[in-house]
Amino acid sequence: MEEQEKTCIELSVNGMLYRAQAEPRLLLADFIRHEAGLKGTHVGCAHGVCGACTIQIDGCSARSCLHFAVDVQGSQITTVEGLAETEQLHPLQQAFKECHALQCGFCTPGFLMTAQEFLRENPEPTAEQAREAMSNNLCRCTGYVNIVKAVLLAAERMRRMPASEDA
Amino acid sequence: MRSSKRNGGSPAWLRVFTPYEPKFRTDIVKPPKFEYYAPETLQEVLEVLAFYGEDARVLAGGQSLVPLLNFRIMQPAVLVSINHCQELAYLQQEESGLVCGALVRQAQAERSDEARRACPLLAAALPWVGGRANRNRGTVCGSLAHADPLAELTAVATALDATFILSSVHGRREVQADEFFLGDLSTCVEPGEMLEAVCFPASGPDASAAFVEVGNRWHGFAVVGVGAQLEFEPDGRYKSVRLAAIGVGGTPVRLQAAQDILLGTRGEPDALSEAAHAASAGLEPPGGFHADAAYRLRVLPTLIERAVKQADGLRNAQQGD
Repeated sequence: MEEQEKTCIELSVNGMLYRAQAEPRLLLADFIRHEAGLKGTHVGCAHGVCGACTIQIDGCSARSCLHFAVDVQGSQITTVEGLAETEQLHPLQQAFKECHALQCGFCTPGFLMTAQEFLRENPEPTAEQAREAMSNNLCRCTGYVNIVKAVLLAAERMRRMPASEDA
Repeated sequence: MRSSKRNGGSPAWLRVFTPYEPKFRTDIVKPPKFEYYAPETLQEVLEVLAFYGEDARVLAGGQSLVPLLNFRIMQPAVLVSINHCQELAYLQQEESGLVCGALVRQAQAERSDEARRACPLLAAALPWVGGRANRNRGTVCGSLAHADPLAELTAVATALDATFILSSVHGRREVQADEFFLGDLSTCVEPGEMLEAVCFPASGPDASAAFVEVGNRWHGFAVVGVGAQLEFEPDGRYKSVRLAAIGVGGTPVRLQAAQDILLGTRGEPDALSEAAHAASAGLEPPGGFHADAAYRLRVLPTLIERAVKQADGLRNAQQGD
């Protein structure tokens, strides 16, 4: 098999700069998992439907399986590992844990990254809004009820936190 | 080795059990190989496209193209990314209407007050396009250029008589929606050309619009969808009616017969019902996994009525304020 010419890809993930020699066709999801070694981002369907690989590009949620690593150079990538700023869980993670909003956990990183953007824009969502916002991610275990509960609980807690910590 | 011996003479279906040897390689990739270009100016984009002709595809948000690459349904030799070409990220109101450059993300158009004022139907349809994560990256022009017949924005462009601005190194040309969409995933964009911008004619200040669809999932593909944009006389009669549907043909369909019947009415139940049922005449919807042609024809009038009522109701709500 002829190897395609590799290029140097430099990506900022969770504030750290990662550099790798890779082909242009390397997907962002695979860069994050295999080059940066951040295995929190999961690849489910690899065509943008399931949402397990959702990360944030410059603060906006996006499917990492639908981007080429080479193409998002210069953007700030945030993965689930970058969610909690300290050793403590992010309020969303804590709420997911308490509400049993996960069983197998495969979809969870995608839900967390989607929910974080959602709560940043809508800190006081109704259950209906939360359900709608979460409906673009697939979970086959919990049935969404606890996920919606967790998002609402996290929203409530984050509203009470000082603004600076409201990541 | 083991598998080939065991599979000798066994039925073909058994061969799926060949032992899988996991390879812990970091360079495992899914899409086929391509040469990648990321020009920073439109001129350079056009030059690369001119050089490679039909071997090249434009990559914008990638929400439609990359799945096709991941499945290897498409194998373009060259990808020209416009994601670094900031000059294409303009969304502005001009004399001709709302002009939306090739790098305007769907989420950006969704948030734009200008878009909401000038093209209520665009604003009404955008929330139906994929999910938030898809709209953050997917572009308005990209969805149109991909020309999936079930894409909501194709109905918007058809209903609003949008102008498609195609550019190449040889210059620009403008085409209308009915010339642009040729069929399933097929447009009149020639090799070496790209959809540089789309212009949605601005509506009057009191226009209101609605988009409705039926589908299996909220964020999934539509089965049938209808967009309606209305403008009103001071007495509430419809001064302009724009209706288009997806899922009832190989391309988005302008519902001319229904528009003609509704024009000048106030959307009274009789007129609405007559219009809705006139719309399906002459349509030949595709079949498909999720719905057959008969279902699509049956659901179309319901959606037309729903869309017009919703748009009409929005206007009354505004008047009440």
